[in-house]
Amino acid sequence: MASQEIALTLNRAPGTSLVDRLHRLVVTVDHKELGLMYIGTALIFLVVAGLMAVAIRLQLAVPNNTLLEPEVFNRFFTMHGTAMVFLVGMPIIAGLGNYLVPLMIGTRDMAFPRLNALGYWMFVFGALLLYFSYLGAPGLNGHGSAPDVGWFAYAPLTGRAFSRGHSTDYWILSLLLTSVGSTVSAINVVVTTLTLRCRGMKLMRMPLFVWMMLVTNFMIILALPSLSAAQIMLLIDRYLGGHFFDTQSGGSAVLWQHFFWIFGHPEVYILIIPGFACLSEIIPVFSRKPIFGYPVMVGATTMIAFISFGVWAHHMFTVGMTSVGNTFFAISTMLVGVPTGIKIFNWLGTIYGGKIRLEIPMIFCLGFLFQFLIAGLTGVMLAVTPFDWQLSDSYFVVAHFHYVLIGGLLYAIFAGLYYWYPKAVGRLLNRKLGLWHFWLFTIGFHLTFDTMHFSGLLGMPRRIFTYDIGRGWEMLNLIGSVGAIFQAVGVLCLVINLIRSLRHGKVAGNDPWDAWTLEWATTSPPPVYNFENIPVVRSRRPLWDVKHPEDPDWKYEDSGEQGESIR
Amino acid sequence: MTNEATLPLASERTAWKLPSSRKVAVVCLILTETCLFSIFVVAYLFYLGKSLTGPTPREVLELPVLSTICLLSSSVTIKLAESAFKKDWERLFRILWALTVGLAAIFLAMTALEWRRLIYEKGLTISTNLFGTTFYSLVGLHASHVIVGLCLLLVVFIFSLTGDLTKMHSERIQMISWYWHFVDAVWVVVFTVVYVIGR
Repeated sequence: MASQEIALTLNRAPGTSLVDRLHRLVVTVDHKELGLMYIGTALIFLVVAGLMAVAIRLQLAVPNNTLLEPEVFNRFFTMHGTAMVFLVGMPIIAGLGNYLVPLMIGTRDMAFPRLNALGYWMFVFGALLLYFSYLGAPGLNGHGSAPDVGWFAYAPLTGRAFSRGHSTDYWILSLLLTSVGSTVSAINVVVTTLTLRCRGMKLMRMPLFVWMMLVTNFMIILALPSLSAAQIMLLIDRYLGGHFFDTQSGGSAVLWQHFFWIFGHPEVYILIIPGFACLSEIIPVFSRKPIFGYPVMVGATTMIAFISFGVWAHHMFTVGMTSVGNTFFAISTMLVGVPTGIKIFNWLGTIYGGKIRLEIPMIFCLGFLFQFLIAGLTGVMLAVTPFDWQLSDSYFVVAHFHYVLIGGLLYAIFAGLYYWYPKAVGRLLNRKLGLWHFWLFTIGFHLTFDTMHFSGLLGMPRRIFTYDIGRGWEMLNLIGSVGAIFQAVGVLCLVINLIRSLRHGKVAGNDPWDAWTLEWATTSPPPVYNFENIPVVRSRRPLWDVKHPEDPDWKYEDSGEQGESIR
Repeated sequence: MTNEATLPLASERTAWKLPSSRKVAVVCLILTETCLFSIFVVAYLFYLGKSLTGPTPREVLELPVLSTICLLSSSVTIKLAESAFKKDWERLFRILWALTVGLAAIFLAMTALEWRRLIYEKGLTISTNLFGTTFYSLVGLHASHVIVGLCLLLVVFIFSLTGDLTKMHSERIQMISWYWHFVDAVWVVVFTVVYVIGR
């Protein structure tokens, strides 16, 4: 143990003064440092946007509340949504991908390290620009402050005539910046995966995490331009007097919705597939079984990506499309349930009969499975067009997508944080605090979002800043707001744990979970060059082969093509 | 002992070849640009004939035959230049490359003249009607890509004059050529949509 402590201190960067370390942050092109910077920045925005959500819940806790003014409330839900999607979800995915993909495929860095840094800094400047709107937007003519148009910013309500001042411009410009940053980093991950895999790592031997990151980043490449194009059109409308979304000159009021959701729906899968990616690594390791149905998992991921580009208008059932359109999008949306269901069964199949270790990452994965199932079921409910006509823009929808993004994605991210933190830092996160985090957050999550389904069914529309007594929503909203406090305290436990364990966590060693993928083959934290010798793999679980030379995986996988293997 | 120490080491004897990073990256870039253009093309087609006031495309647009010929033949010259570079025919490469630059410049100049005519003689600006908005956005987006391409071409040309272009840049030149082919292909679509279908 003592020697490990010494090794850890030696591993720290040589420049110890604050200036040196800050300088290092700015100039670094190392995929691990950039990955951690992505995740760190995203966690900061998670806290900021999370506190905004807490403020929203406090405002809605009791009827006729006056804690937040209506205008402030509008800004808060807009900034909360925008920040959670673009400043938390996207960068945390980029961070995980950046940190883990090169390690998992056995290479020393990303294909384009400087491009990687460019992507990160574009994201940072975009993020700062978005929040700078609080100071900058009212500057010139006193109109507006932060954006208040909702995270999907429907034109023509975002046109010059209806959105005065510069709040919407900040929304457009900051997201254009972060989108370009995301595209750049996505191209980098795709290229790295396709061209830098270590010897023997064929596509069908890649860890499922890498497969899913590949698919997600490919989706980013295809989906984000749609948002950027729509935003450029909106800028042309606002600044050059264009008419794309100007109904007075024959422009359409629906076109923006199409363009936005052609981006927006794949975006949902862009966010959730990395969650699947974390699960597909963590569940096998803590069930002590290889993943059940590897090729089917790959196929299901690709199917989800493919179908997700043909479901966008299920966000638009209420705008009045043709019945053919409604039927098409209802069916295609339900179709997504098939590959997603396959995945859930495969994870269950992996757990079934396994020697389950209930470590914190696994506990979060179990929470994911339960909650994501419910999220999927309410999703299928909302795909039924008449049902959606009744409940669109109600709290039922809010509950559904928070179930997907918090109950699903965030739980998977938490699981990933607890799982890979020891690799990145060299120390384990505290288990006791982790349990507190899990239970407080889970109780809070269910208090908040289970009740939202019911207030939605009772007719509570989303985005109202307050409501009258006597609608039957009071108790549900109060419970929901109490739940928000629980979640906030849960996240506080995580933050304390992350900071405290930097110095006081138990030393992890190289392979604390007895795992099978290549990132555990190197030291914790890995050296700058990742691997002293570039490894060679012969199966999907290279470290299993190393640990069990008497019964290696490659004996059973793709039999028939033994000629390639190294003897 | 770390797990790493016991992993088998890379051996040179087995074949292990993956595609070039640069090529895959440029293909990805072209894919994402294609998506960007398709949204603008869809917007153009969607708003065809929906302008409430004139002028209409039929009234003001003329077939840009000469500039189209220039741009499309520049795809041929850059391809020839690329193979000349591979064969180390430096003189021929420089001539063909300069020809490509010239053809691109002619295309841009023709576009500028067309816009000038539309704005000053026909009174069509980006804010005149839906046609103006979609026309200038789509054609302008393409023209901006031509400008970027022209800058890349010029940089390479300058390097070839200063003698800084060596055999190791062969793949980079190929990538610029891929991008240029993409810009040309987009023009074929824009030409069809704006000047053939839309007129």
